[in-house]
Amino acid sequence: MKIKSFTGMAAVAGILAVAGMAVPAHAATLDDVKSAGVIKCGINTGLAGFAFTGDDGKWTGFDVAYCRAMAAAVLGDPDKVKYVNLTGANRFPALQSGEIDVLSRNTTWTFSRDVDLGFTFVGVNYYDGQGFIGRKSLGVKSAKELDGASVCIQTGTTTEKNLADFFRVNNISYEAVPIETNSEARTAYQAERCDVYTTDASGLAATKSTFEDAEKHMVFPEIVSKEPLGPLVRQGDDQWADIARWVLNALISAEELGVTQANVEELAKGSKNPEINRMLGSEGSYAKMLGLEKNWAVNAIKADGNYAEIFEKFVGPKTPLGLERGLNALYKDGGILYSPPFR
Amino acid sequence: MASTNSPAGPATGFNIWRLWTDERHRGILSQAIVVILVALALVWVADNTRTNLDNRGLDIGFDFLADPAGIGIGVSLIEYRSTDTWLRAMTVGLLNTVLVSALGIVAATAIGFAAGIMRLLPNWLIRTIIATWVEFTRNVPLLLQIIFWWTLLLSLPTVRETLRIGDSIFLNNSGITGPSPVFEPGASAVLIALAAGVAAAWAVLNWARKRQAATGERLPAGWIALGLIVLLPLAVYFASGEPISWDTPTANRFGRLRGGLTVTPELVALWFALSTYTGAFISEIVRAGILSVSKGQTEAAGSLGLKGWQTTRLIIMPQALRVIIPPLTSQFLNLTKNSSLALAVGFQDFVGIGSQAQNQTGQAIEIVFSWMVVYVSLSLLTSAFMNWYNARIALVER
Amino acid sequence: MSMQPFHRAQKDMLAERPPPATTTGTLGWLRENLFSNWFNTGLTLLALYLLWTIIPPFIDWAFIHADASGSTGRECTTEGACWAWLDQRIDQFLYGFYTASEYWRVNLTVILLIPALLPLLFDGIPCARQLRYFSLAYPVIAVFLLVGGIGLEAVPTSSFGGFMLNLAVGLSGIVLSLPVGILLALGRRSNLPAVRILCVMFIELVRGVPLITLLFTAAILLPMFLPENWSPDLVIRVIVVVTAFASAYMAEVIRGGLQAIPKGQYEAAQAMGLGYWQSMRLIILPQALKISIPGIVNTFIGLFKDTTLVFLIGLFDILGIARSLQQNQDWIGKVDAEGFLFTSLFFFIVCFSMSRYSLNLEKRLDTTNR
Repeated sequence: MKIKSFTGMAAVAGILAVAGMAVPAHAATLDDVKSAGVIKCGINTGLAGFAFTGDDGKWTGFDVAYCRAMAAAVLGDPDKVKYVNLTGANRFPALQSGEIDVLSRNTTWTFSRDVDLGFTFVGVNYYDGQGFIGRKSLGVKSAKELDGASVCIQTGTTTEKNLADFFRVNNISYEAVPIETNSEARTAYQAERCDVYTTDASGLAATKSTFEDAEKHMVFPEIVSKEPLGPLVRQGDDQWADIARWVLNALISAEELGVTQANVEELAKGSKNPEINRMLGSEGSYAKMLGLEKNWAVNAIKADGNYAEIFEKFVGPKTPLGLERGLNALYKDGGILYSPPFR
Repeated sequence: MASTNSPAGPATGFNIWRLWTDERHRGILSQAIVVILVALALVWVADNTRTNLDNRGLDIGFDFLADPAGIGIGVSLIEYRSTDTWLRAMTVGLLNTVLVSALGIVAATAIGFAAGIMRLLPNWLIRTIIATWVEFTRNVPLLLQIIFWWTLLLSLPTVRETLRIGDSIFLNNSGITGPSPVFEPGASAVLIALAAGVAAAWAVLNWARKRQAATGERLPAGWIALGLIVLLPLAVYFASGEPISWDTPTANRFGRLRGGLTVTPELVALWFALSTYTGAFISEIVRAGILSVSKGQTEAAGSLGLKGWQTTRLIIMPQALRVIIPPLTSQFLNLTKNSSLALAVGFQDFVGIGSQAQNQTGQAIEIVFSWMVVYVSLSLLTSAFMNWYNARIALVER
Repeated sequence: MSMQPFHRAQKDMLAERPPPATTTGTLGWLRENLFSNWFNTGLTLLALYLLWTIIPPFIDWAFIHADASGSTGRECTTEGACWAWLDQRIDQFLYGFYTASEYWRVNLTVILLIPALLPLLFDGIPCARQLRYFSLAYPVIAVFLLVGGIGLEAVPTSSFGGFMLNLAVGLSGIVLSLPVGILLALGRRSNLPAVRILCVMFIELVRGVPLITLLFTAAILLPMFLPENWSPDLVIRVIVVVTAFASAYMAEVIRGGLQAIPKGQYEAAQAMGLGYWQSMRLIILPQALKISIPGIVNTFIGLFKDTTLVFLIGLFDILGIARSLQQNQDWIGKVDAEGFLFTSLFFFIVCFSMSRYSLNLEKRLDTTNR
């Protein structure tokens, strides 16, 4: 037990004192995952539309669907996922320590996270941006008129830094009301503890959709930050990063190429479009280059459908969240979603 | 510490190994084994950590403290802007921890003593209500209670329906706001006068107590003391040309009160929850302490002609306090540690800001380390006092 | 002033009369306990008023005007509480994400806890000796039942949740911390300076910091301290840290018990020629542990309540499940108070009954020692 007694102190003292000859030994994540027979995927502890439990206790959602696609591509079975629920504070250490293989938890791709924290972002699955919601009765039409307002904000996210920057740039003052979780922030905003609530636009839409008096609230036009959300893996295992990246690209390309959950099996037998054939494995040996089974992309798409299907199912206009595709439409539909080609 | 004179030392019963048969050798050998094992474990942990950090390309060090924090902080005792460094942000957090702990300790003691004494009242209904409250408060997790109080405070009137108490105190669900003093040059004289007044009042009370013990004569020392505390600073205040002014809060166009001093509902919720929770425990301690004083003492006091309240204050309490103080100190320690649950309602204490820093900078080891150092230091101060006091009042055998 | 001689004398015994109606029975009780003087009467009226403003509205909200049916929060339309989630979510509150077909294993573990605890908590149980062996074996049985393996379907610890997680963390923390706590307490009273210093450092370090910082250590730092890919599941790490935490408190409780044993007992044990470990095992610890039981139970109550903190590091204990229900699309904003009330009730029942037991035991121990 005495080992524990010093964990805190010893770490810092010991690191300085002990001159160990550490040899970096990068385990191949793919081999680990294959031998474990399960992929460890880090997700949110609960965020409407993105990661939530149904009455049966199973995790579903937009972020969860990516985990399932990964498991399907690598292991052939979308259910072979071990979900690890992570808070804002412990998501990065969990990925660093190998507790999870991939993090799919609405995480903003930023310079410092990519470079300094030692991660590789494999792409963007949701283009978000930070906005504000406020009561119409405030008589404010723009976030720039918020001088002197009280702002509810969820701590431990990029939003709190963005907020400070926004008010500084516009030279206006505010009172921060920091709240630990999204649901408490919503409670506080509804009780008028603060005048406006700021978070990612997707979150604002989700929040607004739950208000009984939704028509009395408005989302301000300003989007004060870029929040490209996407999955990420540890830096240094390029093969694994490639797999994570191309599973995401496969989902996006599938939408572009018209491959859906329903017709993927059929198209996998061969089609007129060579790109579909290359992606689904009937032409070329792309799977081998990734180190996966031939039908990896078929499995990934079969799990919960292509990008559009996943979007519609969990966050789209027909769900309580009611998000429009907006920026997240394909480039040819006026959005900026764009997958590199399978070639 | 009783351990030094403990007779339960190694005896000479074992004959397994030569070394073991000699008490001194055995003692040294077993200590050496323990120390080596602990050291090996530490080296192992340190080596693992180093390897892991290298593999992940992470650095360790406190350089991040000099970087701008870039976060907003709701309640701060010192001036803080989002462009200030993490070091300053962490200092704000530390001060907030000290603030809420100090407030909590005062209130918990008051609540605990009041409830403890009220549970011994002859009124059955009051006794039962207090007992029920104590049981509920003690047996429900503090985390739930903090969230409960916070939710309750949010149901106060909103900014649009702000309640006014008098001219310059405002109450709504964003807090209670009152005027705050603004110290202009020369204000220090008033503060010095206040300190002098308090010191003089203390001296007067002490002198009056001694005099009463010697002569039995009672003086209105309480009034004199009060007069000293109030009048002395007031006199200096006017004499030096009123160097303290009041900053009265004003409502801006959102109805938000700016200026003055605001106590936020997060702080109040945490404070209420901590002080009622700890107060419930203290009330049990106080009750047990009072009950531990034998009934003969009360009767003897009665036959001396002391009234009920005098008996409690002069006879029962001094004796009960000997039993009450040691567990009370440990309750204070608990309260200080429990204040870290501030995290749950977004009151940014030392743990809260540390966790934000960890989140933004990724420097987990350093931050957990600083948590440990700070809380252990806070606790050790109290613990040292408690052990010293415990040793002093422990009954000496033989 | 002249004194008049006193003439009258009572010749016959008066018939015994009942005491005045106002001093006996209900009326007398009321008078003595509630209305003995003006101050007392004032307090009573104040208390009655307080109860009147709190209890009827609460009952009205929680029961009379409550909604208990429907599959989403939108179907809860009345002013009162919304309990409609209970029948769908109760399993999650109790078992978390434990495999549904294996719930019986959790139930069995809890039921078996009763015979395992009986011989430890009460005197005069029939077959106490045999039951004690069962108590010793219980932790192994419990782990086997909950985790599975050998013939039972394996359930990963990561799917532990709900009230079951609180119980699992609390119970394993207390069971594991008992032996460690005993060793630490003995170490703290040892006359080997190195052992003593190490034990004191450990105890004071752990007791000095809030549990939440240790939980952060479990969640964030522990994986960093262990070799790569060695890191056990978060639930296991939490149990390890909680055990370390409880051990320090346990050590202090047991040290109190050790200190209360009269010196003569130590000396007598030595005089009998018993070695250190023998005298501890046979003479000192049985007595010290017995008088420490109330303290141990109180430590457990504290620890059990603290298990709710695991929700702050992303585990789904009963509070975490309540929070996830409150954030669910279908229920958001409808079940805030209800979820917390329900959760509080669980803790209240368990902790209150344990504290009653501990109080009862204290009284019993008190009489035997006099």
